[in-house]
Amino acid sequence: MSARPEPPSWTGRVRHAVFSAYPPEQLLPERQPAYVSSWIYVFGVLTLASLIAVVSSGIVLVIFGPAWWHVSSVGHFVNSLHLWSAEMFFFFMAVHLWGKFFMAAWRGGRALTWMAGSICFLASIATAFTGYLSQQNFDSEWISTQAKDGINATGAGAFWNVLNFGQMLMWHIVLLPLIVAILIGLHVLLVRRHGVVPPFAPTEAQLAKAGLSLTTTVTAATSLLVPQELTEPSPQEQPLLQEPLAQEPTSEEPPAQEPLAQEPTSEEPTSEEPLWTLPEDQS
Amino acid sequence: MLVWHVILLPLALILLVMAHILLVRRRGVCPPLPAKEPRSPVPENPDYPRSPDPAAEWTGAKRRYDLIKELVSALGVVVLAAVVLSTLFSSPDEKSVTVARWANANPTDFLTTAVAELDKTSGVATYGPPYTHTPGAGQTIVGSFSLARLVGVHIPIDTARDFVLAPLGIAAKSNPPLTTALASYGSASPAQRSAWTSAYAKALDGVSFSGGAPVVAPGNYGPVAPMMSDLLAQAQSGGLDGALIATSHFYQTDYTKPLLFLSDGAYLEGLAEKQNLLGSQWGMMNETGNYPGQAWLWGYAFWYQIRPFKTSDNADAQIWAIMGLLSLGLVLVPFLPGIRSLPRHLRVYRLIWRDYYRRAEATRE
Amino acid sequence: MSATSASDTSGAHRARRFKTDRDVVEWQGDYRRYDIAKEVLISFLVVLVLVVACAIVFSSPDDPPVTVKSWSNAAPVDFAQTAMAELNGTSGVATYGPPYTNTAGASQKLGPISLEHAVGVRIPINTAQDFVLKPLATLPNRPALDAALAEYQGASATQRTKWDAAYKRVVANATFSSGQLVVKGGPYGPVGVLIGNLESMARTGALDGALLATPQLYATNYTNPLLFIADGMYLADQASLRHLQGSQWGMMNETGNFPGQAWLWLYTMWYQVPPMNSSSNGDIEVWAIMMALTLLLALVPFIPGLRSIPRRIGIYRLIWRHHYRSLGPDVLSQMPPGRTPSRR
Repeated sequence: MSARPEPPSWTGRVRHAVFSAYPPEQLLPERQPAYVSSWIYVFGVLTLASLIAVVSSGIVLVIFGPAWWHVSSVGHFVNSLHLWSAEMFFFFMAVHLWGKFFMAAWRGGRALTWMAGSICFLASIATAFTGYLSQQNFDSEWISTQAKDGINATGAGAFWNVLNFGQMLMWHIVLLPLIVAILIGLHVLLVRRHGVVPPFAPTEAQLAKAGLSLTTTVTAATSLLVPQELTEPSPQEQPLLQEPLAQEPTSEEPPAQEPLAQEPTSEEPTSEEPLWTLPEDQS
Repeated sequence: MLVWHVILLPLALILLVMAHILLVRRRGVCPPLPAKEPRSPVPENPDYPRSPDPAAEWTGAKRRYDLIKELVSALGVVVLAAVVLSTLFSSPDEKSVTVARWANANPTDFLTTAVAELDKTSGVATYGPPYTHTPGAGQTIVGSFSLARLVGVHIPIDTARDFVLAPLGIAAKSNPPLTTALASYGSASPAQRSAWTSAYAKALDGVSFSGGAPVVAPGNYGPVAPMMSDLLAQAQSGGLDGALIATSHFYQTDYTKPLLFLSDGAYLEGLAEKQNLLGSQWGMMNETGNYPGQAWLWGYAFWYQIRPFKTSDNADAQIWAIMGLLSLGLVLVPFLPGIRSLPRHLRVYRLIWRDYYRRAEATRE
Repeated sequence: MSATSASDTSGAHRARRFKTDRDVVEWQGDYRRYDIAKEVLISFLVVLVLVVACAIVFSSPDDPPVTVKSWSNAAPVDFAQTAMAELNGTSGVATYGPPYTNTAGASQKLGPISLEHAVGVRIPINTAQDFVLKPLATLPNRPALDAALAEYQGASATQRTKWDAAYKRVVANATFSSGQLVVKGGPYGPVGVLIGNLESMARTGALDGALLATPQLYATNYTNPLLFIADGMYLADQASLRHLQGSQWGMMNETGNFPGQAWLWLYTMWYQVPPMNSSSNGDIEVWAIMMALTLLLALVPFIPGLRSIPRRIGIYRLIWRHHYRSLGPDVLSQMPPGRTPSRR
């Protein structure tokens, strides 16, 4: 046997990339940071749940063909399910989007998550629009003849003909759902990779105005890194600041999922440099 | 069918393939069947155990095998092959037959078929479920057991009304003589109507055409002659194609009626026969032109070539029953004694795993 | 993990300044249990209940489509006038420009740029031929019509224009009685016969099929009949009744009292305000605005000012109120925008 190390195989590289980016605990975590405690966090999952309802009702409509729901009461009911789950999907997605905006959830390297999500919103609008064109009723007629002008004005109407029922139906049931599904998959994976955005941290000046100094804050923060059992602060007497690092972090390391279980390397706050960089005041 | 083709069935296929791949990855590749004991007893080579346990993990030697690289290379090869084949051979696209094309190419056949639709003696009119309530129609599998009859009529077709009278009714709104003819046909007794249609059907044997209009020997056809003449004109102008699918709806995706009407005539079948597409010509697995068709249907098409199915009225139901059983058998091969022993008896595996057997059965010096 | 978050204080990124609206201090605090799988399941059940309830209570709208048949029966004069405009090439579609016709100067422009014009005529439509003459030619057994068609198509362009103009004048005051279009006499040659026959063809439903007629049995492209119907007043009147006109915020409405594409509110809004509500380039202007806004939306994380809005309006303090409460009221009072009165 040759002692020479084997060159990495494609399969090995893919496996390494997948599992180092997504260890099982990160893909399906059981714990979230303590600040994740608001109903706003439910709306992302509600959007996902509505999407499942949209797709399921859509599949039933596909089983019987595009004209079925005009002639069958069961079909009409399934169409109603499709409509209302789509309306709910958009409502939940809008709330989710505003919520993430208010939290400035792109901070900390999460810009791609935001962009994937916002493109997803646009792809969903296109999907819903082609759905309206696929209804085969007055609505489809009116919307298609109205919408043609806008799309023609952009030049796209020459290739993407909203008056061509067959083309719109195909886009609605195959292409756009595929695009939305891929984008949502990407979005969810990015969320799982980067985690939930932390709150805004107070700035140095704000701390000073609040009568807190950097030192006391750091002390408080340091105490945080010692396992709770040792310092035993009661839940009501939580340290004043939770987010600051007491030690310069290493960028290459994966984020600590369970900081309390992390090795408390913070017992050496002897460096001359500031222990952690406080956010500077912005005008 | 289109929406099933573009979304439902691909989705199901992708899910099944994924399940299949996951199962393969979970269980690993199947180890070889046990090797023969060498003539002189020698210690087993731990890298090539002679009786690997298919249920346990392989304990012998392993080699490098890069699945992802294999997949990417295979994809490259397949894409290249598809591009080359398409460039060289293109793909067939025979123009579809419309009622207009049929009525212009073979007006006699069109009229003969239309009269049969009107007096309800055509193939579709006597089809049975799911189209009509014809007593005794509907193919049986064994005895009088018929799945078609069990399900019943779900796509009701009244050939006289749907194929002839309703389309003529549209044209009649601006054609007073036709309105009169339709009224006279509608008020006649069934016996009278059937006398008119059978007389006209017989007269069609000697039909000639003058300026596009049918000319038949004088006879007692009542209003049927002008009706058929107008229907032919409507068909030849393309109006009947629209009228056959016209409902209160603007958007049409269901072409059942014009297709059934076309299939009742001899014209469509004649075109198919020229392309070797008839059931008796192994047509199900053929394609228009010299293209490979659905070759994977050979097992199905085969049954239509032999007795008793070749001549049976219930061939479709019976062959589908046979194919259903055979498909079930295919899925259940791992559990069928005898069938599942075939690979061991056929010994093709000795060829596939020849390296392994050479080493596992090696007699050491 | 991300190179722009906690790592801002380390290594190669040490020089990069911390920006509150871009960077974060990684969370080192407590974690709580959060069962994502359970959340998905419960959410789905909640959504399912809501959707089924809405479907049962509210159903969904399904107004039958307008066909050429229903249009010409409900508004025969409008149909005749529209057909005349299609025949003499003055209708909306006939003068649309790209992608349907080569009408000079018809395409919408954004400044000097016309995307429509750049792409060109990709779905060519000749309204006279496609909407009137070809469908009429499919009608069988009409010697008078055949003669009229031959006369019209054999005439010179000037002669046709004269006939068209003469008929256009009389059809403007046409009436309809006992199944017939009634127009005054005039020097309009065969045009009266053509439009009269097209009217009766439309009213029987034959025109619906003829407009779709392709050399193929299967049709899935409804461009021609839709454009013809949209040229008439009838479809727009029906839409007005249902508050679906563009000027009625129609893009986000639905037939009946159903919620429509509410998410199009911003797009629809631009059509309600000047100059877009009266501009002949309104569509491309609104689309340009929406494309720019869309780009802004996707790029919010990188746009200074825009990305500071959440911090400044401070709704985050409501969302994370438990967290800030645990920091102490004094810290919270100093957080931007600092509107919370200090307790001291």
